[in-house]
Amino acid sequence: MTAPPAVLIADEPAVAVATAPAAHSANRRRSWTAWAVRIASVMVAIALWQVLTANDVRLWLRFDTLPTITEIVSAFGARVGTQDYWLDLGQSLIRILTGFAIAAVAGVVTGILLGRSPRFSNVLGPLTELARPIPAIAIVPVAILLFPTDEAGIVFITFLAAYFPIMVSTRHAVRALPTLWEDSVRTLGGSRWDVIARVVLPGILPGVFGGLSVGIGVAWICVISAEMISGRLGVGYRTWQAYTVLAYPDVFVGIITIGVLGFATSAAVELVGRRATRWLPRGEEKTP
Amino acid sequence: MTTAGMSLTLRDVVLSYGGAPVVDGLDLDVAPGEILVLTGPSGCGKSTVLRALAGLLPPDRGEVLGDGVRVTTTSRDRAMVFQDNALLPWRSVQSNIELALKLAGRPRQGRREEALRWTADVGLTGFEKFLPKSLSGGMRQRVQLARGLAGAPRAVMMDEPFGALDTQTRATMQRLLIDTWSAHPTTVVFVTHDVDEALLIGDRIAVLGRAGQPLRALLDVPAPRDTSVSRTALRTEVIAALDHSELIS
Repeated sequence: MTAPPAVLIADEPAVAVATAPAAHSANRRRSWTAWAVRIASVMVAIALWQVLTANDVRLWLRFDTLPTITEIVSAFGARVGTQDYWLDLGQSLIRILTGFAIAAVAGVVTGILLGRSPRFSNVLGPLTELARPIPAIAIVPVAILLFPTDEAGIVFITFLAAYFPIMVSTRHAVRALPTLWEDSVRTLGGSRWDVIARVVLPGILPGVFGGLSVGIGVAWICVISAEMISGRLGVGYRTWQAYTVLAYPDVFVGIITIGVLGFATSAAVELVGRRATRWLPRGEEKTP
Repeated sequence: MTTAGMSLTLRDVVLSYGGAPVVDGLDLDVAPGEILVLTGPSGCGKSTVLRALAGLLPPDRGEVLGDGVRVTTTSRDRAMVFQDNALLPWRSVQSNIELALKLAGRPRQGRREEALRWTADVGLTGFEKFLPKSLSGGMRQRVQLARGLAGAPRAVMMDEPFGALDTQTRATMQRLLIDTWSAHPTTVVFVTHDVDEALLIGDRIAVLGRAGQPLRALLDVPAPRDTSVSRTALRTEVIAALDHSELIS
């Protein structure tokens, strides 16, 4: 193949727009102010909690039954030093990551099949639509009966919770894909597999990551609930145990741990999603 | 292109869009290596004909042939350049062109160099790693043109590829297409609303009638390929055929 003749085109140069230093400085000031307000709001909430609990305030809400911030911090320090704390944390993470990973693979695969294959949609579509409205946590009794171990049951509940948001988002993303992309790859000689691998999979990533973000949140709710009901280890199990023996500061240690884990995993999904979809147009970008 | 252009034939073709017949009993021959321009009023089925030639749309009746062989599906021999941005947005300029080369069966070795050569040929040196979202409309059309031609297809269907461009960019792109085609004469079926563009680019101009109406005119465009006064009569003829298409609707 010989190269075609070189054609010089001088129009449409890339234009670099320099941001004015004054505007940049104003933006930084606004950003610092915003962060200061955010941190201050959290500090005020913590201080309010301390005041209400330390003074045994009993209005309509009974703060006299709850631990103070200092008690929670002290309990946290004690718990973090024990091996049980890390075992619980590891166990909950293993459960959620296993259930979530299976849900991610199954959700994306079935979502693509439901979005592209009318035959598959006819067979599996009604089943998924019937099962979807049932909260995963309502399946706990069935999971206990169905699986030989509690461990498998908890992973199953976690899987079920994450599966539907991922599957539904994937299916919507597949159906919303511009046909133009598929047509262009087909007219370049692409096979059906090329369309799946080079158009569908990358093209649905924004929708898939939307589903993954929702899925990881719901999965945490369900794994903690399932641990509270039928677990032997795990943050949810330990939190409920602390409640039953009236160790309220330890209950809050569990709640904070769950919050941090949920935030970290959601942030990880969000970060990977943003990196994988850099090609999406963002508001601040300009074309030449 | 290393291979000669492909002959394209439509025999008594009926095509419908959304259940309504758009093209009814169309007969048309496109010779290997010629540029046939399809024009006509909005909704007359120009794009639908292109999709049928590309193998994206099976006819309800009749035959679509490529080199005498019935077209049943898409093929790397019949590429298509779209009016809208059909670049894969997650691939860079270079990567979009490399994909065309890969799907055309080019060995991995040399694919990158060839993609860079095409990038240079369409005047986008320095933009190889840019994503489509960072390019202007004209730049994206250049990449689409390079991608459409890079795989050395034997026929290229172009659906108003320059329709959304400003006058200056449009003129540049027309020149680019003619220069590239002159070096590698493949068969081109080019859809446009613009009579001057049709006269500049086409070897022949086919004027389609309104939906369901027969072909209004099939006109030869005299060489050389320019916009000289000698084409004024032909221009009048094309416009008359177009007007007639509007009047009979």
